[in-house]
Amino acid sequence: MSSPKSWQDVPPGTIAFGSTALDVQTGLWRSMRPVIDESKCISCLRCWLQCPDMSIKTDENSKLAGIDLFFCKGCGICASVCPVKAISMHQEADFHDQENVKHGEHPGDVGAHVK
Amino acid sequence: MSNRKNNAGQHSQMASGNIAFAEAMRQINPDVVAAYPITPSTDIPVKFAEYVANGKVDSEYVAVESEHSAITACVGASVAGARVMTASSANGVALMHEIFPIAASFRAPIVFGLVNRCAGAPVNIHCDHSDSMPERDSGWIQIYCEDAQEVYDSVLLAVRLAENKEVLTPVFVCQDGFITSHCFEPVEFLGDEAVKNFVGERDAHYPLLDVDNPVSYGSFTMSEYYFEIKRNQMEGMNHVFSVYNELSENLFALTGRSYPPIDKYRADDADYLIVVMSSAAGVVKDVVDELRDKGVKAGCLRVRFFRPFPKEELVDAVRGKKGVAVLDRSASIGGTAPLASEVKSALYGLDERIPLQEYIFGLGGRDFYPKNAEDVFNALANNDYGSSVRFIGLLDKDEENGRN
Repeated sequence: MSSPKSWQDVPPGTIAFGSTALDVQTGLWRSMRPVIDESKCISCLRCWLQCPDMSIKTDENSKLAGIDLFFCKGCGICASVCPVKAISMHQEADFHDQENVKHGEHPGDVGAHVK
Repeated sequence: MSNRKNNAGQHSQMASGNIAFAEAMRQINPDVVAAYPITPSTDIPVKFAEYVANGKVDSEYVAVESEHSAITACVGASVAGARVMTASSANGVALMHEIFPIAASFRAPIVFGLVNRCAGAPVNIHCDHSDSMPERDSGWIQIYCEDAQEVYDSVLLAVRLAENKEVLTPVFVCQDGFITSHCFEPVEFLGDEAVKNFVGERDAHYPLLDVDNPVSYGSFTMSEYYFEIKRNQMEGMNHVFSVYNELSENLFALTGRSYPPIDKYRADDADYLIVVMSSAAGVVKDVVDELRDKGVKAGCLRVRFFRPFPKEELVDAVRGKKGVAVLDRSASIGGTAPLASEVKSALYGLDERIPLQEYIFGLGGRDFYPKNAEDVFNALANNDYGSSVRFIGLLDKDEENGRN
């Protein structure tokens, strides 16, 4: 999907073509990042259940396997619901040396009226 | 009923504007009609409901609880891919207002019988154009008809015009409440088969029911694309006259009747013109004939399309005239009345300044007499122009002693 330039590129009738949220990098919104202390985690999956996106990764045995930063927008619900306080929230700026580049669709472009 | 038949199964029958509209609907056999009857357009949904109940049409008739719901159901059905029609008047039209720009933006080609009645208060069921004029910026095409025959023919044209891929814009087919909607006059109807062939089937643009090519209508769109979508609507309007003129020729071939965007009556060699809309043009044309017999070169321009406004055609018709009077059947309180505003704006491009007098007449159904039209022509001929709008049929206290 690409952004239209001229008005002629935008289809009439307010039409938006089919798309998927799997391509939308809501992680670009994040200012706070959850970090899991694996020594404390009991894999109860309350964070997986409560996450409003699909940012909690699980392995083949349905055990907690980390945070998907492509989707995680840093809301902190996971840290709040964790019964053993295994998840803590940190300023995104603390991870400036780690990769967080755009490689999906910007959330501001959702519903783009282009095919 | 019918006695005379000719080609295309044409037959003549006494009908009112409303009955003519309803008969066109029966012949068009739309997929969906959602309506909430209101005076003076009541006959249209009532008559059509009868056709549905008696199996004369295959349409889905949706009886709703308000005009807002009626037009909302129409928009949903239209973007689903259906051919959709409805009708309303006055306060019913006002209640629909929220949905009109949505229908236009969705490019939903709804054909709408708008039977002009003044918007309250005070409550009044008679004709003026204060219900349709506030919708002039809603993005719909507006066609104003002079008589029942024109209503019938315009419905057939409107279906093809609205659904044309270059246009894709809903259409109001307007007629004057009671004056046109309830007076019976001879109307030439086409045969059912001829109408069916003329309107064809709707070939919808991205219908919601095409599940193999899924789309959404009306998704949230902020500053990124809203402007673009409005510009696209304007382009649809820009195509109206070229598409319409071709359709009009097709109808002419079938019926011998044609309706240009501006109906010019003895206007070419006229010195003085009255510009007016809808049924009042009949009175003006009569007076034009009488004045011509007396040697006054009077003429009439009846503006049939208000949206899009036929600016170039109007300028060509007015160029070189000695004087023009514009008669509005609605007011823009605190500003210039709608028709006068369009006409004056169009004439700005002329090198010469044409003397022009604005009039407001017929509000709330006040009668418009031949004498009124004659007075307007006489004022033009006597070079009698005022600095502000004049009112026809309204007694002013200051003028009381001057009247007899």
